[in-house]
Amino acid sequence: MQGAQRILVPGEVVGEKEGRGRVEVEGAVYKAGSQYRAKTLSVARYDERGNVLRVIPLKGKYIPSVGDIVIGIIVEVGFTSWLVDINSPYTAVLPVSEVSSRPVTIPRSDLSKILDEGDMILAKVISFDKTKDPVLTIKESKLGKIQRGLLVEISPKKVPRVIGRKGSMIKLIESMLDVEVVVGQNGRVLVVGSDRRREEIAALAIKKIEAEAHTEGLTSRIKEYIEGMLR
Amino acid sequence: MSRKAQAVKLLDEQGRRVDGRLPDEMRPLKIEVGKLKNADGSAYVELGNNKVIAAVYGPREVVPRHEALPDRALLRCRYSMLPFSVAERKSPQPTRREIEISKVVREALAPAIFLEEYPRTAIDVYIHVIEADGGTRTASIIAAATALADAGVAMRDLVAAVAIGKIGEVLVVDINGLEDQYGDGDMPIAMMPQLGEVTLLQADGVFKPEEIKRALEMASKHIRYIHSVQVRALKETYAKVEEGEVVG
Amino acid sequence: MAESRFSVKVIPTLRKDLLLASLKRGERLDGRGLHDYRSIKLQYNIVSKAEGSALAQLGSTKVVAGLKTVLSAPFPDAPDQGVLIVNAELTPLASPLFEPGPPGEEDIELARIVDRGIRSAPAIDFGKLSIMPGSKVWGLFIDIYPLDYDGNLVDAAGLAAMAALLSGKIPKAVVEDNKVVVLEEKENVPVLNKVVFVTIAKVGEYLLVDPSLEEELLADARITFSFTERGEICAIQKMGAGSFSVKEILEAQELAEKASKHLFQVLSQIV
Repeated sequence: MQGAQRILVPGEVVGEKEGRGRVEVEGAVYKAGSQYRAKTLSVARYDERGNVLRVIPLKGKYIPSVGDIVIGIIVEVGFTSWLVDINSPYTAVLPVSEVSSRPVTIPRSDLSKILDEGDMILAKVISFDKTKDPVLTIKESKLGKIQRGLLVEISPKKVPRVIGRKGSMIKLIESMLDVEVVVGQNGRVLVVGSDRRREEIAALAIKKIEAEAHTEGLTSRIKEYIEGMLR
Repeated sequence: MSRKAQAVKLLDEQGRRVDGRLPDEMRPLKIEVGKLKNADGSAYVELGNNKVIAAVYGPREVVPRHEALPDRALLRCRYSMLPFSVAERKSPQPTRREIEISKVVREALAPAIFLEEYPRTAIDVYIHVIEADGGTRTASIIAAATALADAGVAMRDLVAAVAIGKIGEVLVVDINGLEDQYGDGDMPIAMMPQLGEVTLLQADGVFKPEEIKRALEMASKHIRYIHSVQVRALKETYAKVEEGEVVG
Repeated sequence: MAESRFSVKVIPTLRKDLLLASLKRGERLDGRGLHDYRSIKLQYNIVSKAEGSALAQLGSTKVVAGLKTVLSAPFPDAPDQGVLIVNAELTPLASPLFEPGPPGEEDIELARIVDRGIRSAPAIDFGKLSIMPGSKVWGLFIDIYPLDYDGNLVDAAGLAAMAALLSGKIPKAVVEDNKVVVLEEKENVPVLNKVVFVTIAKVGEYLLVDPSLEEELLADARITFSFTERGEICAIQKMGAGSFSVKEILEAQELAEKASKHLFQVLSQIV
């Protein structure tokens, strides 16, 4: 079983909870009687040490979580806040107070001069609990309006793979192509570089990681892919 | 045998049905997953001559917003027969039949979904019957449940469905258009196949008490088979995706 | 926007800049040249209960059309002519931008553009659809349903509708003792001319054939030309809130005429 992985459908038995054949399971499962069953279409794989069976959803929407860095698109300019599409069932709110630490003195009607409909921002989720819409901030350094770059959209469930172990995949792309890659937890990825062609190669590499997220030897394949594209 | 059924002769001397099937034999079932790009999940089902496509959007923001539920997702379902799906052109306006089927299909799917995981959102299921030949509601449930799984929605189980019909005294599985029209009974049944729970049960026609039990047993068996086709369609699609091929 | 069943989608401003920069280099964001169609796939006779049917795909835009015949009364001013009714429904199955409800402006406009092209050409010999002049003629109902909307519904709907007519078989009807008898025997739909629809989108100063959804949303305006195989124009519709200069219209027409050849070639697979 170790190293092997299998695709699960909702309701499929993942393993026994106790007794003989008991397994440690974590991820998208639910308990029914003495068994763990898969909750969503997912892939099951043992962790590196072979002790815990991880059940990882293959698809699904982005559900915000406090502390997440996301890439949002301004969809509505209000009087004291903006509504931000964060590629989620829940539309986020960006209050004026989370845009600048200095008191804002501009007339309320001029909010669009700071951020207008269609602008993209890099933001952090500062509160969310499913009963209230997520609230964003762009006050910290590096956050704020995105001025340029290439936007790539991927499934939010594939974000960990694009980041790679300890950011290895991003570092690979960044160093090989001399670009900066900003990954939003909500499945939006921004590539910023000085060369258009290299930005595009990075975007293609990211789409390739998404498509092959659960296959073995991905890092070396991506390396070869980028080398091939640069030739 | 009833006069109606005799008039069209729905069962021959060898016990074969109008399309050559035995009483306990389903029509061929084909399922394709993820053929639509816009939908979050989709499935196309052919059950005999029935052709049905289901698309799932969600969980997503509820429009209009006041319909949102504070503690769970709002599940909405629209079943519609396209005007050219039947012998006589059907007007595009929803009929009472379509409205009822939309409701019972929604209630057949709801028990399988962890709706409480997505408060204040909507999960929309749209079903188009492209061609109809008896059994569109069961084909629709098969398609919709597969599309929900394809969308990555959290579910307890899939849902599969089949109709048990009655020709004279004989129970038959998966009735076609003619058997529906001239037969003596129609009992569509949907279940969560792995949990064994019934999520849709309707009946039209006259059944004896023991026939209900037999019908449920018969349906359970075929539902297990339908489930295996759903599972294969989903797994084959995602095995391909995981190998890096592009679907659609 | 009460008059429309389209909800508005906000496209990042950066994306429009990107598109314009790309068009300047003569390339679209999906890699196409400015005057290329996406890959076209046409399947027909897909619904056996319909008298004609087709599924047309332009890239990932998918539209299904079905033809049904209904015994109808002719219009009083054309007692010996068949009747054509084209209907289209933009249902929410096909796109998150489509909202449920009765047909709105967009649905009706789509149906009417296709109707005009077919009627003006004329694609159908309406006289041959007469059964009992003055009282009974064949009514042809073409119902159009997008399944996946990724831009340019008109061209896809036009292809599907024309393919449904070309591959369609309608029942033969005769008059016996002053009564209409519909026979089992079927015959071809009396097609006189093939028509196709070509849509051009204007994005900034560029004219694009077969706009994708993103291009459509970023476009200033669109214009559809319907052509017969002889290159005659049998319907025009300008759409969208922007405008065209006269020069642009004539350029668009020329581009559309060239592109129409490709669509006629796609239709020629139906024999």
